[in-house]
Amino acid sequence: MTADEAKAQLDERVREMMAWHFSEETGCPFWLDWKKSAGWDPREEVKTYEDIVKFPHFQDEWLRDEKNERFVPNAFKGRPFNVFETGGTTGLPKQRVGWDDYKHDYEQFSHQLSDEFFPKGGNWIMVGPTGPRRLRLAVEHLANFRGGSCYHVDCDPRWVKKVIARKAFEEAERYQAHVMEQAVEIIKHRDIQCIFTTPRLLASIGERISIAGHGIKGCFCGGTSMTPEYVRFLQEEVLEDKAQFVPTYGNTLMGLAVSIPEELKANNYSVTYYAPQPRAVLRIVDPEKTEITKEYGEYGRVELTTLTHEFFMPRFLERDEAIRRKPHAKYAWDGVGDVRPFGALTGKVIEGVY
Amino acid sequence: MSAPHIPILRQGRVHKSLDVQTVPKLGTDEPAAEISFACADMIKYDLHKMGSARAALKKFSCQELVDITKRAGEIFLNDALPVGTEGAMQTPEDYVLSLASTSGLPHALIRMNMKRLGGIFADIDTIFRGLTRGLDWAVLDKGYGEQGGAPVSFSATTNELAVILPSNSPAVNALWIPAIAMKVPVLLKPGREEPWTPWRIIQAFIKAGAPAEAFSLYPTQHDGSGTIIRRAGRVMLFGDDSTVKQYEHDPRIEVHGTGYSKFLIGEDEIDQWEKYIDTIVESVSANSGRSCICTSTIVVPRHGDAIATAVAKRLAEIKPLAQDDPNAKLSGFANPMFAEWINDAVEKGLKSGGAVDVTAQFREGERFQQRDGMNYLQPTLIRVDSFDQELAIREFLFPFASVVECPQAEMLDKIGYSLVVTAVTKDIEWINRLFDCPHIDRLNIGNVPTNRIKWDQPHEGNLFEFLYTRRSFQIAEIA
Repeated sequence: MTADEAKAQLDERVREMMAWHFSEETGCPFWLDWKKSAGWDPREEVKTYEDIVKFPHFQDEWLRDEKNERFVPNAFKGRPFNVFETGGTTGLPKQRVGWDDYKHDYEQFSHQLSDEFFPKGGNWIMVGPTGPRRLRLAVEHLANFRGGSCYHVDCDPRWVKKVIARKAFEEAERYQAHVMEQAVEIIKHRDIQCIFTTPRLLASIGERISIAGHGIKGCFCGGTSMTPEYVRFLQEEVLEDKAQFVPTYGNTLMGLAVSIPEELKANNYSVTYYAPQPRAVLRIVDPEKTEITKEYGEYGRVELTTLTHEFFMPRFLERDEAIRRKPHAKYAWDGVGDVRPFGALTGKVIEGVY
Repeated sequence: MSAPHIPILRQGRVHKSLDVQTVPKLGTDEPAAEISFACADMIKYDLHKMGSARAALKKFSCQELVDITKRAGEIFLNDALPVGTEGAMQTPEDYVLSLASTSGLPHALIRMNMKRLGGIFADIDTIFRGLTRGLDWAVLDKGYGEQGGAPVSFSATTNELAVILPSNSPAVNALWIPAIAMKVPVLLKPGREEPWTPWRIIQAFIKAGAPAEAFSLYPTQHDGSGTIIRRAGRVMLFGDDSTVKQYEHDPRIEVHGTGYSKFLIGEDEIDQWEKYIDTIVESVSANSGRSCICTSTIVVPRHGDAIATAVAKRLAEIKPLAQDDPNAKLSGFANPMFAEWINDAVEKGLKSGGAVDVTAQFREGERFQQRDGMNYLQPTLIRVDSFDQELAIREFLFPFASVVECPQAEMLDKIGYSLVVTAVTKDIEWINRLFDCPHIDRLNIGNVPTNRIKWDQPHEGNLFEFLYTRRSFQIAEIA
C-alpha cells in the first residue's frame, strides 16, 4: 500500500464512521445527543481525516461519568457488551464498552507476528493485569487465533500504584515476587513458546530464569514507555538475543500500535509504533495548539482517534508524548517514536509500575 | 579536550548506554561530559553476578591489595589516566579543570581534596589496621586465624559495597577506597555533576593492578539509585536527617547524614579564647564548609559576642574568587537554586528573632553573590541567644556556624547528635563526661579542628565491621 492509498483508505473510513455514528439507526445516544447540541452534522462536514479537528478533544470524563449504555450504538442494541477498563494511571479508570473489536485488533496483529518466533499452535502465557482489562480476553484470543492456549498470571497494578505512592517499596517487591513465583512455575513446567507481559515483569522473570532457555521464542510486550536503552536491555540481556522482542503501544481505547521488531537493532533500539489504521489513527500534535501536527522528527503529544463501528473517539489526548516518524514500507502512514510520559519533566505520574 | 563520554562500568566492562545525558560546564551551554545512564533493571541483573567480582578480588592477598592501593594513590595523584570511551587521557590538571567545570569547586579546593584522597591511598595499611584493631591480614586471606591470642574468623557480609555518591564533595570517595584492600568490590553511583573522581580512582586502581571486575560504576536516575539501595548487600549513602531516619533500622545501609559538628570551649580555657580562633575558622570554613565534619555550632560558657565577632571578621575575608585563583576557598553551587534556598532559610531564621548575622558588618555585599555565572553564599556567622533559636543547630552547604553561650555543665545535655566534637579543655572530670557522652561520634580533646580526621578510626560506622562479620568456628583437623 502506498501512502496515497493509505490516505484514501483512511478518508473513506472517516466518511463511513461519520455515517455510522451520526445516523439514528446505527449511532449511539451519546454521539447523537452530541450532534444535536453541537448544532452541526459531522456527516456533512467531516469528509476526510483532516476534518476530524472540527471535533473537540474527546474527554476522559465522558468515559467515567456517562452511563456505558449511552455508548452502545443502536446497531448493537440488545446485544450484551463487554465492559473494559483502562489502567487508571491518570485517575479513576475509564470504561469502554465493546463486542468484537478486540478480536479484530488482535487478529490483525497476529498477521504481523513472525511464525518463527511465535509458532502457530504454540502455547502462550500472559503475565500482567487481567481483571476488567481488554487485554486479558485479547491475548487469549490471540493465542487461540494462532492455534494455541493461554495461561494467565494476574497482577493488580492499581494496588501496586498505591503501594509505591506510599513508598512501601519492599511491599511492592514482595508483591512482584509473588507474581513471579506463579509465572516462573508455569513457564518451567508447561510447554510455552510465547509470552505477553509488561517490560518490567519481563525483566523480573528474566532475573529468575532464562526465558529463552525455557523454550520461549517470542515476547509481545506492552504497557509502558521504554527508552531505547531499556529495549536493548530486554532484547539482548533479558531475552539473550534468542527470543524476539515485540514492543507494542496500545490501550483499551485504541487497540494495538505495532513496531517492526526485525529493525530494532538497526534503529539503535529506538521504537516506532504504527497505529492499526484505519481502525485507529495516531497524530503527534503541538501540546499548546493541538490542531497543529508536529513536523517529522519533533516531539509532540500523542492524539488518538478511534474509528470502529463499536466505538468512535475523536482526538483523545493520550498521557504520552512521542516523536512523529515517517511512514514505513510496511505501514504507509505516520509512526510515533520513542514514546514517553507526557510532561515527564514537569509532573509526577506513576507509570509502568509493572 | 572534547567532552568525554563517561560510560557505565559493569564489573569493569565498558557499557555505552543509549540513554545519554550531557553535563554542561557550569554557567555555560558547553558540554563538559556525556554520561551513559543505566536502567534500574540492568543494575538488578548485575547485582546477581557480583559474586564473580568478589572472586576476582579474592585471588589477591590482602597484602597485595594494600600494595596495589598504595600504588594507585601515586597514580591517582600523578599519572595521565584514560577518561571516557574514546581513548582520551586525563592528566591530574585535566581532572582539576573537569571537576571544577561541573561542580563549582575552586581549583585550590580540588587540589586539597586530591591530597586528602592521596593520603587515604598512602595510609591504607594504617587504616586497615586501625579499622580491624590490628588484625593480621592473613586472617582474611585464609578465612581464620588469631587476633590477640584469640581464635577469629571473619566472613564478608556482602559481595559489594554500593555507594550513592553526592555531587558536591570529591573527598567522600575516601570512604570506599579501603574496601578494595578488604576484598570487597565496589558499585558506585556517581553524582550527576561529579563522575570525575570515582572514575579516576577506578582507573588508578586498575592501572595499579587491581582486577577491573572489582569496579562497577552506574550513573543512573532515581529508580536506579532506589534499586541499588534496596538490593545491594551493603550500601553507603549521603542524605539529610529524613534519609538517616528512613534507614536507621536497616543494617545493610549506612547513611552519612548531617554532621552537626561542634566546637566547645570549657570553663578552664574560655578566657584564652583568642588562642582558638584560627582553629575555629578552619573548622567552619575548610572545604568551603561543605563537610559534615565542619563546625556548625560553637558553644562557649561566656565571651560569646567577642568570639562571634572575631570569627566573623576572619570568615568575611573568604570571598568568591575566580575558580583558578590559588586563594579561592569558597565554592559555587552546581545547582544554582540551592544557594537561593539556603539563603532564604538563613534569612527566615534571622527574622524569627534572637539571632544576629555578625558577618554582615564585615563582608562586602550581601550573603548571596553571583560570579562567573555561578551562585555563591558568603560565609556567615550567627550569634544566637540560645539553643532554642532555629539557627543554633543548623548545617548548610557553605561556611556557616552559630555561636551560643551555655554553661559548661549544661553543654552535653544541649548539643544533641554531633558527628565531631572538639572540646578545648584540660578538665579531666569534663573530659570523662565527654568520653561518656553517647551523642558524640568522633571526639577531639584540645585545639584540634573538627575537619581534621584520622581515617584509621571509624567514621559514621566502622567500614570493616560493615563489610565483615565475625563468625565462631572450631576446626578439629584440616586435611
